[in-house]
Amino acid sequence: MCLAIPGQILEIVDEARRIAVVDVAGVRRRINVSLLDGDGSGSGAQSGDWVLIHVGFAISAVDEDEARATRDLLERMGADYEQELEQLKASVIE
Amino acid sequence: MKFVDEFRNPTLGRALAGEILSLVEPGRHYKLMEVCGGHTHAIYKYGVDDLLPANVELVHGPGCPVCVIPMGRVDDAVAIARQPGVIFTCFGDMLRVPGSDHCLLEAKAAGADVRMVYSPLDALRIAKDNPDREVVFLAIGFETTAPSTALTLKRARAEMVHNFSCLCNHVTIVPPLRALLESPDLRLDGFIGPGHVATIVGARPFQFIADDYAKPVVIAGFEPLDILAAIVMILGQIGDGRSEVENQYRRVVPDEGNLRALEVMAEVFTLRPHFEWRGLGFISHSGLRLSDAYADLDAERRFDVPGVRVADPKACQCGEVLKGVIKPWECKVFGSACTPERPIGTCMVSSEGACAAYYNYGRFAREREVL
Ligand code: SF4
Repeated sequence: MCLAIPGQILEIVDEARRIAVVDVAGVRRRINVSLLDGDGSGSGAQSGDWVLIHVGFAISAVDEDEARATRDLLERMGADYEQELEQLKASVIE
Repeated sequence: MKFVDEFRNPTLGRALAGEILSLVEPGRHYKLMEVCGGHTHAIYKYGVDDLLPANVELVHGPGCPVCVIPMGRVDDAVAIARQPGVIFTCFGDMLRVPGSDHCLLEAKAAGADVRMVYSPLDALRIAKDNPDREVVFLAIGFETTAPSTALTLKRARAEMVHNFSCLCNHVTIVPPLRALLESPDLRLDGFIGPGHVATIVGARPFQFIADDYAKPVVIAGFEPLDILAAIVMILGQIGDGRSEVENQYRRVVPDEGNLRALEVMAEVFTLRPHFEWRGLGFISHSGLRLSDAYADLDAERRFDVPGVRVADPKACQCGEVLKGVIKPWECKVFGSACTPERPIGTCMVSSEGACAAYYNYGRFAREREVL
């Protein structure tokens, strides 16, 4: 549960609840991005941004290089990353 | 050196290893604690310790949230899960954590409706889909995870989901570190700070380690190279006689943390006077419960829970492992009575636990290759 996995925001689909659709290694899921709203950067998370995702929430913004590096690392981690992706696939956030 | 080829940049790995070698004084022993279970996992997965000189020892800290849940809290969870009409939700890692009689997986096998969720928001959705059932979410985790629970509770309140509640076991990272620094059994020379916790809390909460205990802290990322770079920075500070909080993971961790996350945590949670940690005993102001404003969503108040303290099993030495006093293979039941399939202690349950990391990567004893 402690993994934070990188994904890219495709679209904010529910502005009021701050729900975004993200792409995580080809898996598309809904996550909550409201933790990035008040971090001083103004408008919060937007489509195209890369974020670290933990238990269905974006916890920090990262740049694309960092996101790719993290994903490579996680892929080499093998089973734990696979399991995290499986759990993400089963998640239905409203 | 057999693992170094797995690094994305083996040349850089070797260069950092060389730098570490040049920074250590021969004859001096260095004990560095990696606080976070994610670091422990990466260190053994990639054999980072194989690149260190014999006198640099990595000690595993208490930063695995599954590992520190005491048995009495698992019993409380099982007691709620068994109540008629309850749907009990938790992260997958919690299913196999032993309680004094049963774990949640056994409660499920015996008929309780226990469901694994990826996110607290999944638990909230289950509550909305099942308005005639009571849905309880077992919240665990350090500051990395607590804001997500807090936001979920705010949503439950805003959307008036009355059949949702939370059994809160969130913990904070600073009090156990202070307890370790005060502990006479352990002399540490520096800390590899937890990268993801710091994403939320920032660098400042670790300042007391440098100021009050004169130890270096370097907040680090989770790449093997990040961990090696952090060790270089810690040894550099020791060599210069400095003790500071440095941020090796600045590309992800803002020094001030995530203010929005801290704000929602402050609104929804309040510090408990004491919280019990597996193997570490009671630590003051180390656990979170729901604030009075959210009391109606607190499963501890909604259900009758035993709420009793249960001593750890005699054979279990998780406390010593969590304090870094012994290595996992020094525990008498490691790899024999206690394995990931049949864990006795929590450190064997989660893949971020030190015992599981040692077991899964074949570290049955410390016969390390030395540079
Ligand atoms: S081997 Fe098992 S009982 Fe011993 S410290 Fe590790 S998890 Fe605890």
